[in-house]
Amino acid sequence: MPSLFQTILHGRLTGLLVLGAVIAVLPLFLPNNFYLDIAILAGFNAVVCVGLNLLIGYAGQISLGHAGFFGIGAYASGVLAGNYGWPPVLALLAGAVFVGLLAFAVAKPILRLKGHYLAMATLGIGIIVSIVLRTESGLTGGPDGMTVEPFRIFGFELYGEKTWYWVVGALLVAVVWLSLNLIDSPMGRALRAVHGSEVAAEVVGVDTARFKAAVFVLSAVFASVAGSLFAHYAGLITPAKADFFKSIELVTMVVFGGMASTFGAVVGAVVLTLLPQALTVFQDYQQIVLGAILMATMVFMPKGLLPTLAALLPARRRA
Amino acid sequence: MFAELLQYLLSGLTIGAIYALAGLGFSIVYNASHVINFAQGEFIMIGGMASATLTASGVPLPLAILIGCGGAMLVGVLVAKFAVERARNASTVTLIIITIGASIFLRGVAELVWGKDFKRLDAFSGETPIQFLGASMQPQSLWVVGTAALLIVAIALFFNRTLTGKAMLATSHNRLAAQLVGIDVKRVVLASFALSAALGAIGGAVVAPITFSYTEMGIMLGLKGFTAAVLGGLGHGPGAVAGGLIVGVAEALGAGYISSAYKDAVAFVIILAVLLFLPNGLFGKRGTERV
Repeated sequence: MPSLFQTILHGRLTGLLVLGAVIAVLPLFLPNNFYLDIAILAGFNAVVCVGLNLLIGYAGQISLGHAGFFGIGAYASGVLAGNYGWPPVLALLAGAVFVGLLAFAVAKPILRLKGHYLAMATLGIGIIVSIVLRTESGLTGGPDGMTVEPFRIFGFELYGEKTWYWVVGALLVAVVWLSLNLIDSPMGRALRAVHGSEVAAEVVGVDTARFKAAVFVLSAVFASVAGSLFAHYAGLITPAKADFFKSIELVTMVVFGGMASTFGAVVGAVVLTLLPQALTVFQDYQQIVLGAILMATMVFMPKGLLPTLAALLPARRRA
Repeated sequence: MFAELLQYLLSGLTIGAIYALAGLGFSIVYNASHVINFAQGEFIMIGGMASATLTASGVPLPLAILIGCGGAMLVGVLVAKFAVERARNASTVTLIIITIGASIFLRGVAELVWGKDFKRLDAFSGETPIQFLGASMQPQSLWVVGTAALLIVAIALFFNRTLTGKAMLATSHNRLAAQLVGIDVKRVVLASFALSAALGAIGGAVVAPITFSYTEMGIMLGLKGFTAAVLGGLGHGPGAVAGGLIVGVAEALGAGYISSAYKDAVAFVIILAVLLFLPNGLFGKRGTERV
């Protein structure tokens, strides 16, 4: 029998069930709305990270600008639903479509780049987006940010931490299910081939450019949708949600949890959302401790948390 | 009309000189270790903060700069030894996160030591603007450009004329071959971090009277330095210098003629435009990948 841990790592359906069960019982252990709020933030981060992990972990491409897509989604909802009175669902879709088109337009030329050049290009896109959001204060409220209407659908208004917890939980399960299926599909195999060796993948007939572009667009759309919902949940968004540090935070979550592991991305997002909250006890030393933890984890566990822990368990080859 | 243009060019070259030093630092480290050191900006910050706070407490300026430079070099060597060297075989993105972790750590330490407020460093030789063909220039700009030029020449001589420099060049061309002829490549990596730290710290000290020093000053300067290095072609020293000057001048022109609010975006727009057509930067190798 494989251990429970390995089942979580390698079984598709079991892992999903465990995730669903954890999400279902977690509220019983959260004493008040403060903790529920952290859980919701972790959930939003996890949704983005699962998508980003498809790009980084499976397709082997770096993006240091994904917060830009998150920010566009958030501000699309804020601006369209607020200033222009669109129904929130339409605003969310419009944001997602715009981000998808933008990602598609830049994907082909950008994903031709390799390694650090790709990091530079995606970083540039993210920074440009955050500068635009900061500067166009007529639309976006500038550096102070803007308030966002509550999310209404069919006359219902999503309100309160409890409701949002279930919305985010359901979204996370859906996104994880989607990406697990994707990884086991022919496209997933193609992506892993691209990660292994792009040239080899091309030689055996994989249209590497198309697959890389597709997964880039998909991960950008995940980020945008998460951004839109986050904006409605938080009620207030600032350009900081789209800046370089947020992008770095997202990549760090993916790598910290374990690249090429969907559940690793979820674990990374949860741990690194909790960490700053836990580190507030260090007060002035908070940044120092955070930096030290990042360095130490990456130096001693370069594969990330979940894969390293899995390797410690009695070996059983993955099916 | 002309005076205005000249004014923008001069301020662009001043800040471009700092980008050039930072970009050169990125390239030196990249050549030795294939790591992009996102803590490069923190070296600039250390130089700026150390010289500003030390002179404020009575240390003579040259000594203050020297101490800041030495401190940054020590930090650089420690980062290389305890973080980067240990993760030698990790993936690109893992190494990027290690250096970002280092930069967060260093900013945290700096905030603890120096506090969050802006520190002022007096200009090295007064503040009387120099009139030049209708444009006016702060004397400190001359210090910045002059120091950067001197450092760049010194670096060029170091790499072409000294044994250590040549050993570092050899390592960048082929690490294994360099090791086979007896070059201690680990020390080359340490030396490259020390060298890039020194460049950053001196740059930070000379630019501090213009920009003020604060613990977050290194973030944008570092990112622009990275842009300069990529623009010139990663690992290409003269390219990084040219890249820095191009970014600085374009930024000043953009701020002057288009919109000062979008000043910080100019560098990134340029780099995206260039990478679309030249995926290896302006002067980078257009080599094919060996499979």
